[in-house]
Amino acid sequence: MLELEPFLLRAIAASLALALVAAPLGSLVIWNRMAYFGETVSQASLIGIALGLFLGVDITGPVIFVTLVVAGLLILLSRQKIVPLDAILGLMHHGALALGVIATLSLRGPAVDLMSYLFGDIFAVTTTDLYWVYGGGALVLAILAWLWQPMLRLAVHEELAAAEGVNRDLVKAVFIVLLSLTIAIAIKIVGALLVIAFLIVPAVAARPFSSTPERMALLAALVAAASVVLGITLSLNFDVPGGPSIVLFMAVIAGFSVASAALRRNA
Amino acid sequence: MTERPGETAGTVGGSKAAVPAPAQAHAHDHQSGACCGHSHGPSARPLDPAALIGARGLEIVRSGRTILSDVDLDIRPGEILTLIGPNGAGKTTLVRTLLGLERPDRGTVWKRPGLKVGYVPQRFDIDRALPMTVERFLSLGDGAKKSRIETVLEEVGASRVIAQQLGQLSGGELQRVVLARALLNDPELLVLDEPVRGVDYVGEAELYALIGRLRDRRGLGVLLISHDLHVVMAQSDRVVCLNRHVCCSGVPEAVAQHPEYTRLFGPEQARSFAVYQHHHDHRHDLAGETAPASPASPPSGDRNA
Repeated sequence: MLELEPFLLRAIAASLALALVAAPLGSLVIWNRMAYFGETVSQASLIGIALGLFLGVDITGPVIFVTLVVAGLLILLSRQKIVPLDAILGLMHHGALALGVIATLSLRGPAVDLMSYLFGDIFAVTTTDLYWVYGGGALVLAILAWLWQPMLRLAVHEELAAAEGVNRDLVKAVFIVLLSLTIAIAIKIVGALLVIAFLIVPAVAARPFSSTPERMALLAALVAAASVVLGITLSLNFDVPGGPSIVLFMAVIAGFSVASAALRRNA
Repeated sequence: MTERPGETAGTVGGSKAAVPAPAQAHAHDHQSGACCGHSHGPSARPLDPAALIGARGLEIVRSGRTILSDVDLDIRPGEILTLIGPNGAGKTTLVRTLLGLERPDRGTVWKRPGLKVGYVPQRFDIDRALPMTVERFLSLGDGAKKSRIETVLEEVGASRVIAQQLGQLSGGELQRVVLARALLNDPELLVLDEPVRGVDYVGEAELYALIGRLRDRRGLGVLLISHDLHVVMAQSDRVVCLNRHVCCSGVPEAVAQHPEYTRLFGPEQARSFAVYQHHHDHRHDLAGETAPASPASPPSGDRNA
């Protein structure tokens, strides 16, 4: 039934690597309450895709550029206090998605496979994509390992960490760059709409069974890896899209996990 | 050298040994606080060479509003200085400026070189999304050893929570744990921003007693922000009353009797302090003893003269 053909190997190799990179980064996104921020930035990456198509270059560079611009814009807009941040995120999120869809479709005409940019196509991963995933992923993990302590301290209490000498602006900026880089890497595999799910859903699933930050990141990686295997199996056997299948398993595991925590609490 | 160039010489002088003459001390007292509500003009007080940390002529403007103007402050080793003032008086801003988290628009902050500061911030809302035990929290950063963590937790009376999750602690326990973290690097100055928030009344008294003991045992300078006046003031050696500028300052008894203090906080608060005053005459004596070396808190005798 399951023949390990090259395209399948590439799909599994890329998704597993992504799962591993996304786990610690996604945990940090959750701890810093940046899920919606990440969602907004990742959906804006569609504009980057359109930019790449327009310029006729690989989309990785334009996606990194656009996600960083949107992240910067969000930080700038969050400084005003008249409109609350979640409303600003809603504005940017839908605005970016609308612009991204229109730009992608109008640049190349209806021949562009918009669905593959929105939801990814894990079975179309090329060897070049794999290099990107492994090279970029290793870089993201290395920087995360290096800045793990200060990032944790900022997540616990930003003011305290800053008073103790953590360079808060620098660490936060690096974090946003890592987020943007990961989104750019992941977008070819899981698409603009599902990227953020890869980041946060496994971390959510891991939280109720974690007593330390590292355990949460590790469990998230395991949940994501299991979902990759289950999702690809489902996809091949029932001819359903791969990315959404993986995310579906992540969401089911997370749902059971959080529900069990809620039940334990009431017991 | 601790003096800024161009300062008017004379009041204290560069040498630590110089004790200001009574007349000078009186003049000083007048300038630094006894007269209230008036702008003092540019600050000319020299920095206190004995101070752990000092500020001169601080001015902070945010969004067109002047939050602090012409604030002078010194904290010396072994003294508990309490900063009081109504909401919006700029207490937290002043502390953040001293800690280097805010940049003043005018004025200077001076720190003793290599000064180690322990900080207990005002709000410590733990996000339960982050799983973290007390022990892990205390080892974050410098990687303190377990034996050291145990010692410090015992010092603040929170030994039994070492294995618990931060998110499961009560308000009082959490404050003690954060205090323990502040003590881990053996600070010379402890800064606490409204440490009794979310702590019940008994816990509050205990926490202040603990801070007093820490000061005695470790010889710490302590800067405390509070709006809970009477309990705090009884523990303090010196009180600075802030309302965007320094309204009045001195030993607790002097501040409590000050008309500006009564105006800011109402006669009820002032009376409730008076109830506590006789309980703590020893503090008063202690403050009186150390006062001659410290220009900003002259012995209360001076004040009454």
